[in-house]
Amino acid sequence: MNNSGPRYKRSQLEKRLNTDVLWCVALLIVMCLTASVGHGLWLNNFKDAGFQVDGETSPALAGFYVFWTMIIVLQVLIPISLYVSIEIVKLGQIYFIHNDLDFYNEQQDSRIQCRALNITEDLGQIQFLFSDKTGTLTENKMVFCRCSIYGVEYPHVENARRLQVYEAEQNEAAGRTVTLKSACSGKSLSCRSLSCNHSSVSLHTLTAESLEEDQLSGHAAVRTGAFCSRMAKDVVPDPELVRKLSCLSSSALHLKGSSSASLSGLELTYITDFFLALAICNSVVVSSPSQPRHMVPEARAPLKSLEEMKLMFQRLSFYSFSPLQIKGSPRSFTSKLFTRGKTSSFTFNTPPNNSTDGSDPALECSQDTCKLKTKVDLPDRGDREDSAAMSSGEDLESLMEIKADGVKQNLEGMGGDEESEEDIDDELLYEAESPDEAALVHAARAYHCTLRGRSAESLLVDLPGIGSLVVQLLHILPFDSNRKRMSVVVRHPVTGQVVVYTKGADSVIMDLAETQKGSEQAQEIYSHIREQTQKHLDTYAREGLRTLCIAKKVLEEEEYEVWLKRQLLAESSIENQEELLLDSAQRLETDLTLLGCTGIVDRLQEDVPETIEALQEAGVKVWILTGDKQETAINIANACKLLRSSDRLLSANCGSRDACGALLEELLSEVQHEEEREESSLDSTSSFILVIDGRTLEWALQEELKGSFLELSCKCKAVICCRSTPLQKSKVVQLIRDKIGVMTLAVGDGANDVSMIQVADVGIGISGQEGMQAVMSSDFAISRFKHLKKLLLVHGHWCYHRLANMILYFIYKNVMYVNLLFWYQFFCGYSGSVMINAWVLILFNLVFTSVPPLIYGILDQDTPADTLMKLPELYGASRTTKVYIPFMFWINMLDAFYQSLVCFFLPYFALAGSDAGTLSFGSPINTSALFIILLHQVIESNTLTWIHMLVLVLSAALYFGFVQLYSAFCVACSHPTNLFGVETLQITQPLFYIICTLTTVAALLPRILFRALFNSLHSSAPLRSAQRDEVAAERYRQRMKLWNLKHSGASSPQVHADNPGLEPIEDEVVS
Amino acid sequence: MMASSYKDEDGHISVSGSGAAAGGGSLRTKKPENTAFKQQRLPAWQPILTAGTVLPAFFIIGLIFIPIGIGLYVTSNNIKEFEIDYTGVDMSSPCFNCSKSFSWNSTKPCTCSIPFHLDQSYESNVFMYYGLSNFYQNHRRYVKSRDDSQLNGNEKSLEEPSKECEPYAKHDNKPIAPCGAIANSMFNDTLELFYNDPNGTKIQIPLTATGIAWWTDKHVKFRNPGVENMNLTAVFQGTTKPVNWHRPVYELDTDPDNNGFINEDFIVWMRTAALPTFRKLYRIIQRRNNMLPTLPRGNYTLEVVYNYPVRSFEGRKRMILSTISWMGGKNPFLGIAYITVGSVCFLLGVVLLIIHHKYGNRNNGADISH
Repeated sequence: MNNSGPRYKRSQLEKRLNTDVLWCVALLIVMCLTASVGHGLWLNNFKDAGFQVDGETSPALAGFYVFWTMIIVLQVLIPISLYVSIEIVKLGQIYFIHNDLDFYNEQQDSRIQCRALNITEDLGQIQFLFSDKTGTLTENKMVFCRCSIYGVEYPHVENARRLQVYEAEQNEAAGRTVTLKSACSGKSLSCRSLSCNHSSVSLHTLTAESLEEDQLSGHAAVRTGAFCSRMAKDVVPDPELVRKLSCLSSSALHLKGSSSASLSGLELTYITDFFLALAICNSVVVSSPSQPRHMVPEARAPLKSLEEMKLMFQRLSFYSFSPLQIKGSPRSFTSKLFTRGKTSSFTFNTPPNNSTDGSDPALECSQDTCKLKTKVDLPDRGDREDSAAMSSGEDLESLMEIKADGVKQNLEGMGGDEESEEDIDDELLYEAESPDEAALVHAARAYHCTLRGRSAESLLVDLPGIGSLVVQLLHILPFDSNRKRMSVVVRHPVTGQVVVYTKGADSVIMDLAETQKGSEQAQEIYSHIREQTQKHLDTYAREGLRTLCIAKKVLEEEEYEVWLKRQLLAESSIENQEELLLDSAQRLETDLTLLGCTGIVDRLQEDVPETIEALQEAGVKVWILTGDKQETAINIANACKLLRSSDRLLSANCGSRDACGALLEELLSEVQHEEEREESSLDSTSSFILVIDGRTLEWALQEELKGSFLELSCKCKAVICCRSTPLQKSKVVQLIRDKIGVMTLAVGDGANDVSMIQVADVGIGISGQEGMQAVMSSDFAISRFKHLKKLLLVHGHWCYHRLANMILYFIYKNVMYVNLLFWYQFFCGYSGSVMINAWVLILFNLVFTSVPPLIYGILDQDTPADTLMKLPELYGASRTTKVYIPFMFWINMLDAFYQSLVCFFLPYFALAGSDAGTLSFGSPINTSALFIILLHQVIESNTLTWIHMLVLVLSAALYFGFVQLYSAFCVACSHPTNLFGVETLQITQPLFYIICTLTTVAALLPRILFRALFNSLHSSAPLRSAQRDEVAAERYRQRMKLWNLKHSGASSPQVHADNPGLEPIEDEVVS
Repeated sequence: MMASSYKDEDGHISVSGSGAAAGGGSLRTKKPENTAFKQQRLPAWQPILTAGTVLPAFFIIGLIFIPIGIGLYVTSNNIKEFEIDYTGVDMSSPCFNCSKSFSWNSTKPCTCSIPFHLDQSYESNVFMYYGLSNFYQNHRRYVKSRDDSQLNGNEKSLEEPSKECEPYAKHDNKPIAPCGAIANSMFNDTLELFYNDPNGTKIQIPLTATGIAWWTDKHVKFRNPGVENMNLTAVFQGTTKPVNWHRPVYELDTDPDNNGFINEDFIVWMRTAALPTFRKLYRIIQRRNNMLPTLPRGNYTLEVVYNYPVRSFEGRKRMILSTISWMGGKNPFLGIAYITVGSVCFLLGVVLLIIHHKYGNRNNGADISH
């Protein structure tokens, strides 16, 4: 739908080239006119001359003829072959980009895909980079991290630690020297918990994903479905929540007697509903290798009778809390609940929000529990957990047996449950549309709320303590970006009611779940829950988690019937079906009851901050256009160093157009004030970051406000657009591209980035988790965000320089060569005569001097790759001091004119008045032209490899070979310019060499002089600093070598292995 | 310091090694090959042209060019050359009458003799040239107007000349041999040299008419039609002479090896000159006696059979006597040019040296200080 096919993209350079080609055409016409007028006048002077073939033609007509003759003779001036050469050079450049080892991703076994072949040089001119967030900056590997149900936060400390451990493992794998035997070993744990507070962990970047993970899960990658990374699958449940959930089974067991369970009964229904919603409110397809998809496995007999459960649910739903319990803070509330329920000595009582401390015995114990849990969950993956963990798990079991009778019972009950199900459990594969869904389903599964199968009408779900249930699926209202939510309508398996479960963006759900019908008390409880949840949502967003809200709604049968009718009507309608469906969905999704929210972590890709930093240093403005909420976006911006502490945040959120206009004006004046102030105080440290949300953006993009929005955003270092729709993304890109007229690059991974990718000058798709839409519409498809750095800084820079230089050289070459023929016209009566063999003329451009520019355009490196990577400023510098500007074009033209003058007139004066024939005169001219053109390229080249040399030598050899053979054997060919005997005689004449040497040297002298003076007097600052850096780096390397030698024996290189990238950087900064 | 840095091929090697090990060799991956070429790490020479690096080159060029220039200049100066214009533009000129009343188709030969004096004696072989000025032998239409295959002895082309020869392909429905404008406008003055002995006798100087054309032209490119040693008159039966010619092609010379298409005067003419002012080799005066100079100092007479009209287009005709050297005829330009370019290079070298001292040191200093 978004994909309107690839836009034909023409590079800036080509546009510039076209104007220059027009200049060439103008030059050609001037030359031809000169010749034709000259011929007319010349003819006037001659009457009945011996050399005149037809004296009857009037001078004017003859002049007219000569004009067209000259067009044919000088047509080489119009570089038609240049266009072909450009294409070939771009292919070559693409070849090298495609083969770059740094763009290879071992996990995906993918290289960069170059889908557009004609815009390589635009990579070197990027000024604005528009990036999607999810999947582009981040991994888009969603891992369930935290959740909040019933206003109670479950921090999943263990889970956070587990993520941490994975990271450590990956680091370790990257380091490859240290093996952390046990992930839970005290020392490493404590040092890690120091570095990261609970779940903010997740934002720490990762080094490349380890091979180890590959080996663990990767070899099974063929059969694992999408989004089923090991990280996402193994969610360690929060002990608190497990305990509460276990109450479900216990309460069902002890329904009559246990008051402790019934006290949290409402909460329990919330929790149950919450997990049920997680498990079923999605479009996940379940499959297992042994079973085909869409099959609902046969429901086994529930452990508890359904009747019993139904009874419980009915009881609970009418139950209300005493006010006392509501008022307490969630924490005290839980703890109260906790102490009441179970033995207080038991160590599940972990303070949920405190940072972990490895020495805490309670924590240790809980770790072990978690170990045990994983152990039980995944016995076949136990290879990572060693026997120590196993034994500690056993310890715990014995511990539990002594201390926690109730819980133990439940746990064992569940454990027993698991054991019987394990074999099936592990074979379940979830294939989800989005990674979020997969993460949530996996999370639900960790709490034994397992989605087992799906068919068109029903879902098979396991519930803890209950067993398999068939949930009748009535409707799915799929996700769309307008509603920003999805819903399922099911018949509740236990109560039999029609229930709507909705899952969606928090802003939407929170609005829809505003009020709650019912008694005052219930309302009070509800508003409290809502308040708490909102608080948690804010916390999550601050931590950079993706938040989703889960809500439900119980429908009365009649209500449902009414809705169903309209829904069916909408479904069957042909006209504006979409609108009707939307309308119908919106009618259903009202008055929701908020169950809770989830926080899903999406880790930053590796090296994202470094990449963004480098790009900013390179003068590229990085904008983030995301559909996420503001807090999340800001947080990500923070994490990837787009936002620094010194930066000032300007946020633009407003509801109406007028307000928006006013706000923009206000912000603009503020920025201007600040700028003025800074100018006066001469310290410009802080810069502005504009954060704008989708609604405001909508206003800002309107015609009247465009201007001020543009002005404001240009004054800001970066702009973050959050909550933006795909259309808005593309509009923003279009605005910048058209209004400022700069090169834009858009990078994204999902279908929602397609339009933006297509609009931008360079569209880059990240082949990630979200399918191929973005890749298909992109110009380049990479697998990691960090690849952008080398792609732009090195390849972009090179490609631009190569192509620009090649074009300049090509035009120079043509002008220089063609002018030789033009000068000759002054001595042959402007008759369009040539002094060079026709075939040599044709082949000169086509063969003898065609390959060197191509090689030059493909292989030249004006600056080494590592320097370009080290000094991103070079990118900006090369963009501002463009190679291919009119000035350079005219300098080249001038040089071409000079060279052709020298190349023609030195032989002319040397042979004037002699008995040289036409072709004998042309021979030294042509040969010197060849040498001049080839050596000119040697001067212009920045690097010369053996390939350059080979091609240059071959070109010259080919020329000589051709003319020699041609003049030796072709007696009567190429009629007016028969070369027979000319060249063979020429190479025996010393005069020939004398002329060629003189001409070549004299022609190249100014260029060499200019280059030498330029390089000596105007050594560019970045280059000089590069040289400095090299010296420093060399010194550092030597120091490191020394240090390594000293320490190799004594201490283990643990520190290095832990963070191999960190140490050298720090040191370099110091040096 | 010709900054030539060879980039080494470090890095990645260990990684690729382990990667290959992990990949298991047999498994085909998309991993790009880690070759110097594909990773653009080919050892490269980086010619960074600075004052310091080009300085030696400038000096060397200067030092080589100046001696060459002097050598060329001296060589050129040693060449003896004598030139005389016999067009007859002036009233006083002996050939004035001939030049005045002349058209292509006059049959009566007009002769004139021009006396001249050689200031120095010519020791070695002397080359006798005729020179034409303002004669555009390089005009496009003119250059085209010939039939190489006819000249190569192709009998078919002899009967049916190429269209390129038009309008000089046929005359009176007979094919013209040789056809075309070039042949038609062939230079047909006859020049003879007489040495006026101080004792009053006129000695004709023997002129060699062969050996003036290129060997390849004489033996390969130009051939008479028919089999060897056939009577040329018979061979050219059925063809007609070019309009402006006085004699048919088979009567150009009495020597059968220098007659017809392989007549050397003809061949020389057929090599069209590059520039409107040109000379063409006419005769060679061989040195007969080692004791005597080829052309002693003294008075000479040039006897011209004036056939060739040039005054209609303001042309000039000259006779040139010249000795030649290894570098060809007299031409001081090359020597001067070499000396000039050499000097310029040398001067620039000095300037660059100054610049290098001033700025190059500063750069180096900056490098060292860090």
